[in-house]
Amino acid sequence: MLSIKNLTKIYDGGVKALNDVSFDVPQGEFLAVIGLSGSGKSTLLRCINRLIEPTDGDIFWEGMNIAKANDDELRLVRRRIGMVFQHFNLVHRSSVLTNVLSGRLGYVNPAMSVFNRFPKSDIENAMKQLERVGIADKAHHRADELSGGQQQRVGIARAMMQNPAIILADEPVASLDPVLAHSIMQYLEKINKEDGVTVLCSLHFLDLVHRYADRVVALNNGQLMFDGKPDEIDDEKFKEIYGREAERVG
Amino acid sequence: MKKKRTLLHSLGVGLAVVLALVAYAYGFQVTKVDLAETKSEHRQEQLTRILRALAHPQLFEYDTEDHMVSLPVMVPCPDAGFEAPTPTDTSEPYITMTPACAEPRAKVMIEGFNFEPYGTGPINFLPNGSDVNLQIGKIEADENGHFEVEVRLSNRPSEEVQEIQAITRTKVGAPRWTQTARDTWDKIVETVFLALLATTFGTLLAIPLSFIAARNLMKDVKNSLLGMSLAILFIPVGAYIGILISKWLSTLSQNLTSSTLLTFVGFVLGAVITWWGIRREMNRDEDSIANQKIARGLEMLVIGLIGVLTSYLLSALAMNVGEYLSEHLGSLGFLGRFIRDLGDILGMAIGVMTALTGAGILSGFASKSALKLNRKADGVIHILQIVLTAAAGAFLFWLIALVLNWFYQYNNYQALYWWAVILGGLGGLALGIFTKPRQTMPTGLVVYFAVRTVFNAIRSIEPLVWAIIFVVWVGIGPFAGSMALALHTIAALGKLYSEQVENIMEGPLEAIQSTGANRLQTIIYGVIPQVVPPYVSFTMYRWDINVRMSTIIGFAGGGGIGFLLLQNINLLNYRAASAQMLAIAIVVAAMDYISSAVRERYV
Repeated sequence: MLSIKNLTKIYDGGVKALNDVSFDVPQGEFLAVIGLSGSGKSTLLRCINRLIEPTDGDIFWEGMNIAKANDDELRLVRRRIGMVFQHFNLVHRSSVLTNVLSGRLGYVNPAMSVFNRFPKSDIENAMKQLERVGIADKAHHRADELSGGQQQRVGIARAMMQNPAIILADEPVASLDPVLAHSIMQYLEKINKEDGVTVLCSLHFLDLVHRYADRVVALNNGQLMFDGKPDEIDDEKFKEIYGREAERVG
Repeated sequence: MKKKRTLLHSLGVGLAVVLALVAYAYGFQVTKVDLAETKSEHRQEQLTRILRALAHPQLFEYDTEDHMVSLPVMVPCPDAGFEAPTPTDTSEPYITMTPACAEPRAKVMIEGFNFEPYGTGPINFLPNGSDVNLQIGKIEADENGHFEVEVRLSNRPSEEVQEIQAITRTKVGAPRWTQTARDTWDKIVETVFLALLATTFGTLLAIPLSFIAARNLMKDVKNSLLGMSLAILFIPVGAYIGILISKWLSTLSQNLTSSTLLTFVGFVLGAVITWWGIRREMNRDEDSIANQKIARGLEMLVIGLIGVLTSYLLSALAMNVGEYLSEHLGSLGFLGRFIRDLGDILGMAIGVMTALTGAGILSGFASKSALKLNRKADGVIHILQIVLTAAAGAFLFWLIALVLNWFYQYNNYQALYWWAVILGGLGGLALGIFTKPRQTMPTGLVVYFAVRTVFNAIRSIEPLVWAIIFVVWVGIGPFAGSMALALHTIAALGKLYSEQVENIMEGPLEAIQSTGANRLQTIIYGVIPQVVPPYVSFTMYRWDINVRMSTIIGFAGGGGIGFLLLQNINLLNYRAASAQMLAIAIVVAAMDYISSAVRERYV
């Protein structure tokens, strides 16, 4: 159970990106986070693994307060939380295999990893993860030779190398061809259903939310506007979340 | 409204133009622009002379052969008159004088036939009863080997028949390199390798420094005041312990290295043990690490000590073998000397590395203890923080006082130290009292600014000036020059590299961090792959700069071709200087070509 209590983030310029947000996520849930651009979705996800330092509030997980963890504890937490990014965030000049293996960095012996040496079991596991997302043949290509969809699959394989309990997916399909969106979402769904990994996924398209999410939280201007099942979002709720001008598409 | 603005605008432009004109006029004044000088005939002659000399680099020389043709003459004319003998063979070179006899200092016509086409040489008057040759004219033969020149006879009257000689000089045999050319070759080779060494060592040191001079990597490095104080107290102690250990092991290894064989056996044994130990440490899994911390720590310490000792043995071995080789390899002796010097460098590097390792271990210990202490209650932390920060402040100021005293040699150093300790302690006390417990301090940014400042200071002083300092230290020669260039390279590349680190994509960095990687891993997997192309490019560019710089570092005694060039310019030996300039131009052009080729391939 991931439990977020009164989370607040105020950026240096005084912008309040998150305002007293609280909700719980049971283990194994597929939670969609929706809201307009700039509503605080990315900030929320990044506060959970402290890529962004929250200004105030607590994040309880497995008996620990992530928001107050020191550097060593934070590394132990981070290695159990995988992250998938909108722009894939692969290291372009490294091989696909190295990118996937970098998911193990929190586990391996730091001295060995300095010389780019990974245990055999990790390399086998990396190949297995690449097979699972269907691009094992690209393992020795440079990451930037791959198409966008393939790069995102590498991103998912990297996150899976962490043996994660939670995956944070920050708009994983927003920079992809809409046709490819479903294939990426299906991988996340498979990870969620088969491995029991909690998925927190921010999404733009409501049809994707309806199709994949167990539950939805909606943010507007840093405030939690909605917390419930996807079918509970009626036209009135929709206008609350996205503003009066918004029109439903798809 | 609009009109007014245009008027103001034009007035502004007009004022700017006037100001610019005044600025340039003043510029002409202070740079002493003097167009009359450029037009004066004397100056133009000088210019022609130097340009012609520069266009004739002193590269080749020939053996020469003199061809002599002589003609008997009478000066003055005897009463009976004088008839020059007719040449015996008109197909051979011969000269005539018209008239055949004349008064001293009279103008006569000398005509030559069948000479070498375009041949040149002197026309000499050989007076009776003396060994001197008086040059009275010059041969400039035309395409048929004919010349005709008016000369004035020497003032050497004699009753006897005297002689006029025409000498032409021809080049025989193949051209040879001049001494200048050979010296230039030696020095240009020295120059290129001077630049190579400076670039290599500069780059090696600039790469790690560039990461701590990059704002995006350093801005997240924050410590609590407690952690900072502990680090300030522990790091110098760690470095000092490291130095002590390396000194102790160095003496120990000197006792062991009485014979080369023994050194070799010791080295092999040590290397095997160290290798085995490292393997053993690396293959441990996490659980057993947590259980036997102390035993493992001791084990690592022993392995570390053996490793250091082995490195010292390797250094001694390299020095012995190198010394032996340099004496027995003859012309390849420089390879032996290189091995010996590598051993020496290794010996010096071990000391530095041990000190750094000691500092690193104790700083890790400090940060671990700070993490532990920071879990205690706020009150306890606050008290600890006050005490430790005061101690750290006093210690830091004492260290600064030590450095200041070394530079300025204050006589009253007791007072200096006391003042430093009291001031630092009070400052630390105040900081400790007024800082909230667990509040983080931007230590990363402090380091960033410090390193940047040092870079800028070193970079703003030209290598020529640094060369002067190094010449005083290690004497005139290329070693001083390469150290000066290396120092400047570290600062310049450190700055350029770190700016490249600041320009990388944040995304991959974020992704690597989110996997739980530590800082070093983040740099190796997230930063380095992104900065390889610009690093290669900048390193090549810097090599290019260093080659150009090394051509003039000799002006300040830094070795290389610059010294030769300066010498020849001062001696007004422009043809030799021209040879050196030519060599520089060729090397720089070649360097430019090579660096662009390498850049194309790797970037």
